[in-house]
Amino acid sequence: MAKFRGAVVVDAEKCKGCDLCVVACPAGVLSLAKEVNGKGYHYSEMARPEACTGCANCGLVCPDAVITVYRKNIQ
Amino acid sequence: MTVETIDIIREENLVYRKTPALTDNVMHYCPGCSHGVVHKLVAEVIEETGIREQTIGVSPVGCSVLAYNYLDIDWAEAAHGRAPAVATGISRLHPEKYVFTYQGDGDLASIGTAEVMHACNRGENIVIIFVNNAIYGMTGGQMAPTTLVGQVTSTTPYGRDVKLNGFPMKITELLAQLDGTGFVTRQAVHTPLAIRKAKNAIRKAFENTKKDKGTSFIEIVGTCSSGWKMTPVDANRWMVENMFPKYPLGDIKDI
Repeated sequence: MAKFRGAVVVDAEKCKGCDLCVVACPAGVLSLAKEVNGKGYHYSEMARPEACTGCANCGLVCPDAVITVYRKNIQ
Repeated sequence: MTVETIDIIREENLVYRKTPALTDNVMHYCPGCSHGVVHKLVAEVIEETGIREQTIGVSPVGCSVLAYNYLDIDWAEAAHGRAPAVATGISRLHPEKYVFTYQGDGDLASIGTAEVMHACNRGENIVIIFVNNAIYGMTGGQMAPTTLVGQVTSTTPYGRDVKLNGFPMKITELLAQLDGTGFVTRQAVHTPLAIRKAKNAIRKAFENTKKDKGTSFIEIVGTCSSGWKMTPVDANRWMVENMFPKYPLGDIKDI
């Protein structure tokens, strides 16, 4: 059981769907949505929120700085 | 969103968010562009070291010509390639300020070669951030001096031919030989580890400005997924396989 649980908040309207955060996530939490935002991009979203540890790799690699990461110690 | 996830999204659990030194404007860059990450790193370093009011950036001509829309600091705009010359003037008039230029490879390695060479040779107390994506991104993917041998661009449709177009220019190694430079390094921003290293290099460069250690030059090997005609993820892979053998990462000079 993971010691930390994390949560990722993506600003969907600013996301350009570049897929870099999806690749950077070591836990496979993120994926691109089937829906598109106002500009027609498949934005990133948490597909498996239970696997997130809040490592913030997605936030680091995001070129548009649209990702906010939270982490909580659950032990 | 599960109830538990909502429970985690609280201000006290925050670990990463957009730095206040970046404006809320949506960047005009293509999806996955390295410029976004580099802008973010510069903004984070400026914010974390508390020098936002003392920093003056000089933006180039190229995709990052609009950098002043995204970093909430003072900016000047230079003619194509002339950012180091403009930065020289600003730095000499305001020696207490942190002055940096932000340039691409079409700007710095081609039309601005003379300016960057002589600014570095004079040892101007500035930081030069050089984003090398081996192509002219803004104008439609033409060959740049840094384009790899055999690389297909819109002006070298059969690949760069050394007999016709010469060899790729390793400008960072050239500048490291000049006595005026104090810190010369080459970084990348394709993985979280590389991004952390690049951020440390940018922080060190700004600290060197305070210590008056000469010109700090940071090359960041980046991607141009639109110019290379790849997805951002494929562009990162292509960069690792093809760019890194020619442009190896690491510190080249550190005095």
